[in-house]
Amino acid sequence: MGEAVLRLEGVRKSYEAAEALRTEVLHGIDLTLAPGEFAALIGPSGSGKSTLLNLVGLLDRPSAGRVIVAGEDTAALDESGLTRLRGRSIGFVFQYHHLISAFSALENVMMPALIARGRPDDEMRDNAARLLESVGLARWSDQPVNRLSGGQQQRVAVARALAMRAPLVLADEPTGNLDTKSADGVFEVMRAVNIANGTAFLVVTHDPRLAARCDRVIELVDGVIVADAARDPGFSPGARRAGDGRESASTRS
Amino acid sequence: MRMRLPLEWIAALRFLGQGRVQTSFIIAGAAIGVAVIAFMSALLAGIQANTIRRSLLSQAHIVVRPAEEIARPLRLAGTEEATVQKRTQRVVSIDQWRKLRDEIRRMPGVSVASATVSGSAFAIRGEASKSVLLTGIEPEEYMRVVPVADKITSGSARLASTDVLVGSELAHDLGLRAGDKLRLVAPSGATAVLSVTGIFDLGSRGVNERNVYVALRTAQDLLDLPGGASRIEVTLDDIWEAEKVSRAIAAQASLQADSWIRTNEQFFLALRAQTIANYAIRFSVGVAVALGIASVLVVSVVQRSREIGILRAMGASRRQVMGIFLIQGGLVGLAGSFLGTFAASLLLAIWRSGIRNADGTPLFPVTLDPTFMAWAALAATVVGTGAAITAARRAANLDPVVAIRG
Repeated sequence: MGEAVLRLEGVRKSYEAAEALRTEVLHGIDLTLAPGEFAALIGPSGSGKSTLLNLVGLLDRPSAGRVIVAGEDTAALDESGLTRLRGRSIGFVFQYHHLISAFSALENVMMPALIARGRPDDEMRDNAARLLESVGLARWSDQPVNRLSGGQQQRVAVARALAMRAPLVLADEPTGNLDTKSADGVFEVMRAVNIANGTAFLVVTHDPRLAARCDRVIELVDGVIVADAARDPGFSPGARRAGDGRESASTRS
Repeated sequence: MRMRLPLEWIAALRFLGQGRVQTSFIIAGAAIGVAVIAFMSALLAGIQANTIRRSLLSQAHIVVRPAEEIARPLRLAGTEEATVQKRTQRVVSIDQWRKLRDEIRRMPGVSVASATVSGSAFAIRGEASKSVLLTGIEPEEYMRVVPVADKITSGSARLASTDVLVGSELAHDLGLRAGDKLRLVAPSGATAVLSVTGIFDLGSRGVNERNVYVALRTAQDLLDLPGGASRIEVTLDDIWEAEKVSRAIAAQASLQADSWIRTNEQFFLALRAQTIANYAIRFSVGVAVALGIASVLVVSVVQRSREIGILRAMGASRRQVMGIFLIQGGLVGLAGSFLGTFAASLLLAIWRSGIRNADGTPLFPVTLDPTFMAWAALAATVVGTGAAITAARRAANLDPVVAIRG
């Protein structure tokens, strides 16, 4: 059990429309995510899920409290430091896949590495091809992404989120836009990666079916964590990784 | 992505390639701008070079004359002349003109310096008499100042002391043909009967009517200037140096040295005005092209804001995002300049084949200078990149959170 991939300590976030109109969206969040955890973040609309995800994704800064990603306290980092840490440590999967339509599936998967290293190279390409294969899209790698189905596009997005071998993947409604069958496909892929690589996932979802299949469910209501429980009563993050995980994955499929 | 270009270049090329319609419109816009500038500039340069060449055909670049004679009234104590009459200007010789001519020849930028004697005279044949400008020349040298020999339409340019070269208009008025005799009478009454060896056409009616060339000795005798020379005519390697060189000559001796720029001031101002107008047009077209590129790229940033947001979320720096759009602007400008110079050379080819003198010879040479093309490419790239600055900054300043949420 290594160091936590994510630790939030007393995180608050408020928005200020005017001096008098100060709205606090998150009221002191404490949360720790260990390597290899697969957690769902649920809650009604307006509960602050997206705000929390933006803070964790280093797309925004908290008003108070500490956000520690991969052992690095983000308060000490400037804008470009945040950008670098984000590129290195966090993969994103969004509801509307957000692939870059001018590029092929393979190139989209290469993109995070390309951004980090500046120029394409063979290693980048091979790695992207392997990732596409692992999400079952090897055949489609040279297709422009807008020729793929919604489920396929979301799987490309998952592969892309994994390209930098980030220890943490944030998924915002990754299946919200998909039919049940495609949604299952995407979930399977994320789960398989989680088990094979020990990548931690934090998945924001409205889909109770999806939440039910995560190891841990964190419920956020009105900016406060009201419930945080391992779904499996016998679950403990350290014990799950090698044995149980694989088994449960194979029984599911 | 087979090529190992940096991310910014790959993304810029892909974005341009994807928005094919937009891209081709804006490149076409830039190309039209460059074509207009290139075509106009080439045409104008052709016209100017041609006009200058024609008007300098019959005159030297610099004419050196003795200093003006000034009346200096005697001042006696207590009295002063009420009016001082200006002196009339006689034909006088330049002091030590051989030495001076040789000195001028050695000056930097001077290609030829030739001494002449010139004054007015009458050309008389039978009943007809015309006033002419008589110029005595050293044929060898002078023909390099004004290429009379090349412009002989009948007879030859031979010029011994009993010979005279006349212009085509004068020959027509006096009914002269090569080989005929012509009597020249100077204001002093001195007379010489000379044989017409050649008739020239220097392309200007006035010059063809008035100018008469004889040997230096003949003119010296007629104008009563034995052994003297009233002018030194100079041609230069670079006509635009005329003012500078003429000042240098005037400073060296107390002489008057007039450059063609000064003696043709109106003409020169017209050229200047034309050049300025050309710059103004170039500038306006450049601005129009820049605004076109800028607006298309700004729209493209709005259209791609989500994709830019996702690039930022994946760790792309502001500089990388900015680079993508600056490169797009530069590439559009560069592509536009290539297409534009190509279009301009087509237009010029059509111009050359379609618009000719009555005799079928080209009106004047119009060509696209290769250095101009290089400059056009560079300028268009710079303008395109500059035009992309607004778009690039917008893109770089997009908040990924807002951009992704759309």
